[in-house]
Amino acid sequence: MNSLGMYLPGHSWLHRLPAGVKLSALLLAGVATLFLRAPWQVAAALAVIAVGYASARIPARLAWNQARPLVWALAFLAAFHLLTNGWTKAVMVVGVILVLVLLAGLLMLTTRTSDIVAAIVTASRPLARLGVDPERVGLLLALGIRSVPVIVGLATEVREAQRARGLTTSARAFAVPLLVRSLRHADALGDALIARGAED
Amino acid sequence: MPLIEIDHVSHVYGDASGRVVLREVTVTLDEHRIGIIGANGSGKSTFIRLLNGLVMPTQGTVRIDGLDTRTHAKDVRRNVGFCFTNPDSQIVMPTVREDVAFGLLRRHTPRPEVDRRVTELLVAFDLIDYADHPAHLLSGGQKQLLALASILVTEPALLVLDEPTTLLDLRNARQVHSVVDALPQQVVLVSHHLDLLEAFDRVLVFDDGRIACDDSPQRAIDYYRHLMS
Repeated sequence: MNSLGMYLPGHSWLHRLPAGVKLSALLLAGVATLFLRAPWQVAAALAVIAVGYASARIPARLAWNQARPLVWALAFLAAFHLLTNGWTKAVMVVGVILVLVLLAGLLMLTTRTSDIVAAIVTASRPLARLGVDPERVGLLLALGIRSVPVIVGLATEVREAQRARGLTTSARAFAVPLLVRSLRHADALGDALIARGAED
Repeated sequence: MPLIEIDHVSHVYGDASGRVVLREVTVTLDEHRIGIIGANGSGKSTFIRLLNGLVMPTQGTVRIDGLDTRTHAKDVRRNVGFCFTNPDSQIVMPTVREDVAFGLLRRHTPRPEVDRRVTELLVAFDLIDYADHPAHLLSGGQKQLLALASILVTEPALLVLDEPTTLLDLRNARQVHSVVDALPQQVVLVSHHLDLLEAFDRVLVFDDGRIACDDSPQRAIDYYRHLMS
């Protein structure tokens, strides 16, 4: 299950913190990871994040769900760096990615999407002078988040149809119907947005 | 009830096929419950998409309460709610509460008012326990109820529904239908579940882009059954 859109209702200090503050903190933390130089620093960052999850009363299973989809990619990265650059580099690369993913997950779990969107709309207001519509930026973000589980669902349906017809290894038989269905979904979503007053 | 006036409307697909989907349709509707039936490709979906300006007629005019959909599309859409067959295509926000709030927030309704109206509808539609759940994890019936709630929250005077029960099992279809039945709004419903239309005020049968029958539900359904046999 994808964590996008998985807001976990609660009343912790992290839930109560304004979305704009949390987004800014995430941005700063992202920049700060560029200055991490030693494994103990990465471990300290992970420990702070663990405290964040605990204080927001997020179950360990949900915290693990944030990193789980990346396990194989991280394992591959770790193995690669272990062989080419040594264990310190392997720990640093995997650790920094984990820090960023877990921080983003913490933001999503403790913040309603509408609050994130509102914060981004507010932050985008200065861009209006350049012709950027802040409301559209926010809508784009919300639709992006909403579309992830839809596309995952479409991919699952296509894969099942493939299996049912014995085409288990054909990349083309997977990609073409997925693309067609995704475009149809986008078309229908466009109609729904118009019907629901997105142009207001 | 809003007055729906369709005057000599034809519609041709804009693609290379140039297929005519509606041919010189003229009809005036002001009943409380209006049913639309017809075979696939008969023009019924295009017809109802005219009612909120999702489709513009190639020829002729469509007026809702005197407003031409061509020149007053935004005003018409504020008054006409549209429910699609597949709720997954209609749910635009990640969580249940956010999706119901979407239409009101786009209209810059004050936040306390949004919260009050959203909560009222979620309670009425038995979705309040799922308010902060991801919308994509709801069952098919719950998703269609969510789609309905998301439209009704803006209090449209006319509700247009395009086969809202087609993807649902019988129990969910009946639940959605009983919700629609209790609405005070004028309803235009396209459905293949003919029994759901028996209590309607008027039913139109579409065939090959024309209204082939415009009558009481029983007569229209009999006509449609004869047409399909």
